[in-house]
Amino acid sequence: MIRLEKRPQPSRAWSMATPLVAVLATMFFGGLLFALLGKNPFEAIATIFWEPLFGEFAFYYRPQLLVKGAPLVLIAIGLSLGFKAGIWNIGAEGQYIMGALFGAGVGLAFYPLEAWYIFPLMVIAGGFGGWIWAMIPAILKTRFGTNEILVSLMLVYVAEQFLASMSLGLLRNPEGHGFPGSRNLNSYESANSWISENAGMHWGVVAAMIAVIFAYVLLNRHMTGYHIRLTGEAPRAAKFAGVNPARLILFCLGTSGILAGLAGLFEVSGPSGQVSIDFNVGYGFTAIIVAFLGRLHPVGILLAGGLMALTYIGGDIAQSNLQLPSSAIQVFQGMLLFFLLAFDLLTNFRIAIGKPEAA
Amino acid sequence: MKLTKLLTSAAMAMGLATAAMAEDPTKVGFVYVGPVGDGGWTYEHDKGRLAVEAEFGDKVETVYVENVAEGPDAERVITQMALQGADLIFTTSFGYMDPTINVAQKFPNVKFEHATGYKRSDNVSTYSARFYEGRAVQGTIAGHMTKSNVIGYIGSYPIPEVIRGINSAYIHAKKVNPDVQFKIVWAFTWFDPAKEADAAKVLIEQGADVILQHTDSTAPQAAAQAAGNVVTFGQASDMSEYAPFPRVSSIIDDWSHYYIARTQAVMDGTWETTDTWHGIGAGMVGIGEISDAVPEDAKLAAIAVKATLADGVYHAFTGPLNKQDGTPWLAEGETADDGTLAGMNFYVEGIEGDIPQ
Repeated sequence: MIRLEKRPQPSRAWSMATPLVAVLATMFFGGLLFALLGKNPFEAIATIFWEPLFGEFAFYYRPQLLVKGAPLVLIAIGLSLGFKAGIWNIGAEGQYIMGALFGAGVGLAFYPLEAWYIFPLMVIAGGFGGWIWAMIPAILKTRFGTNEILVSLMLVYVAEQFLASMSLGLLRNPEGHGFPGSRNLNSYESANSWISENAGMHWGVVAAMIAVIFAYVLLNRHMTGYHIRLTGEAPRAAKFAGVNPARLILFCLGTSGILAGLAGLFEVSGPSGQVSIDFNVGYGFTAIIVAFLGRLHPVGILLAGGLMALTYIGGDIAQSNLQLPSSAIQVFQGMLLFFLLAFDLLTNFRIAIGKPEAA
Repeated sequence: MKLTKLLTSAAMAMGLATAAMAEDPTKVGFVYVGPVGDGGWTYEHDKGRLAVEAEFGDKVETVYVENVAEGPDAERVITQMALQGADLIFTTSFGYMDPTINVAQKFPNVKFEHATGYKRSDNVSTYSARFYEGRAVQGTIAGHMTKSNVIGYIGSYPIPEVIRGINSAYIHAKKVNPDVQFKIVWAFTWFDPAKEADAAKVLIEQGADVILQHTDSTAPQAAAQAAGNVVTFGQASDMSEYAPFPRVSSIIDDWSHYYIARTQAVMDGTWETTDTWHGIGAGMVGIGEISDAVPEDAKLAAIAVKATLADGVYHAFTGPLNKQDGTPWLAEGETADDGTLAGMNFYVEGIEGDIPQ
């Protein structure tokens, strides 16, 4: 008889190994799936993981990894702080949208003036937009005890309505022939987040790197970081240690809101270039996977963000080279989270064979 | 070396290689906004791709990527196709406009074709179909068939193409049934079966017994079928699995002639930037079989509208027509010019509600 036995202590080894095992299991079962679809599984896996990094056109794909990975890492870092403390911000997608709208709104208000201070103002506005959107679930939770998961998630749909309204109304390009969408910020020098488009470098990539370092220092060297970890691991002990839960909620939701808002601002003023109805493509939700795949650890998140970006870019290449259906790629990405959660069980449990010992 | 330079030289090398080996097949790429199995918009573009393969056989190689989000992802996918040696790339959604233009600048030797947009350059053509002609036929049938005099319309995005369709359908429904009223719901998506089904249900609850859709899935058809007595029309594709009822007819986008002609032009080296806007006459807009659920007089009226549109005797926007606010637009016998139609951002007189702002 096979059964699960609770470990006396969580296994450190498994905690470290889980993401790796999950990736390997995904490759194996993903390969099986591709084989069932009549494709060469080795070729498919190689296309997804190898081609973007070392293939013939890697000089183009490598910078694209930065473009795709930066918003994921930036958002996931913010989310991980709350997740560690058991504060669940599921609405980063909405904060991302609001950051983009606030930031782009400030930039477009200055158009066509060229000045050095426009972009910094946009950054502040972007962070503020994300922050204010995250403060709604935060204050509702601290004041009225509402569930932040529901409130933050529902606010995503409200933000999407704002986005549609802005694309069709206030921020619509007056020279756009009646089509929705704002002016393209890529052709507005002062409101542009690109540092080097060819290298995939924009300020969002820099911000993501800073966020990783900031989170690492916060969690390991700072009292607030200690409180976050303590609240997550031993809520009762945290209370005795004098942690103020309301302040922690405001801090965690606020920080994740700011980072998601910044991600939106850097995206709209760089890779995307304009406010449009379909501006958001799910970074806020994918970042949840990235945060867990990275074990809620800043360095882990950095690696996980890169891995997710890789599966997106490699997945598109596999589609066009091998004519794999996009749903197969989505299943493949879904497997990653599924196996991660499944193997995560082994951190706290071990598989035992035989009858349970008499206690 | 700068990336643009690198890309250009890579593309040039490809170009030279193609010229050197005449045997090399012409590579044609397609970028799709939805899944090829959507049964609507993307499905028909993919049928066009298959028609190109059938026409040219070994002389052509086609590739596609489906479900590509508009924005940076689209730019990456288009670049990827160009890098891998595509000679001709069709980008089949309005939101691919700026990405297509951006990539085209980096690959001057690759030809690009953008559907439903308005930006062109030396190596970017645009093409679209006069779907509003099909809407005129639909409106005629809808006006005849509604008993509640309430026609529901599922809009995708409030862009000129969709507004043209609403106006055209309304004008022709009104012509055969002066009491007709339009209820419009905006789904803000091209393809989302759940949202589309919800929109259809809302319209049915509001008394609509005919539903027109400008979204791509068959979910509204299924919702109408469940309701039992609601008429629908296939959108972009025939959707004949719902015939003869609720689907009584359809607008079919037929891209195959265009795709074959443009591929041929690339092979012959005669490709030039164009702006194509074809209708029923040229075969780009097809009208799916009008089923027997439609009464004979309505069927004849619809066929007559289709025939006069096809041979150019009749224009779907012929005056006298006023704008929604009552200001005159077209005088008696005057027809709309393409410029106004291309940027249409107003309802005609009689339609209630506002275009979302």
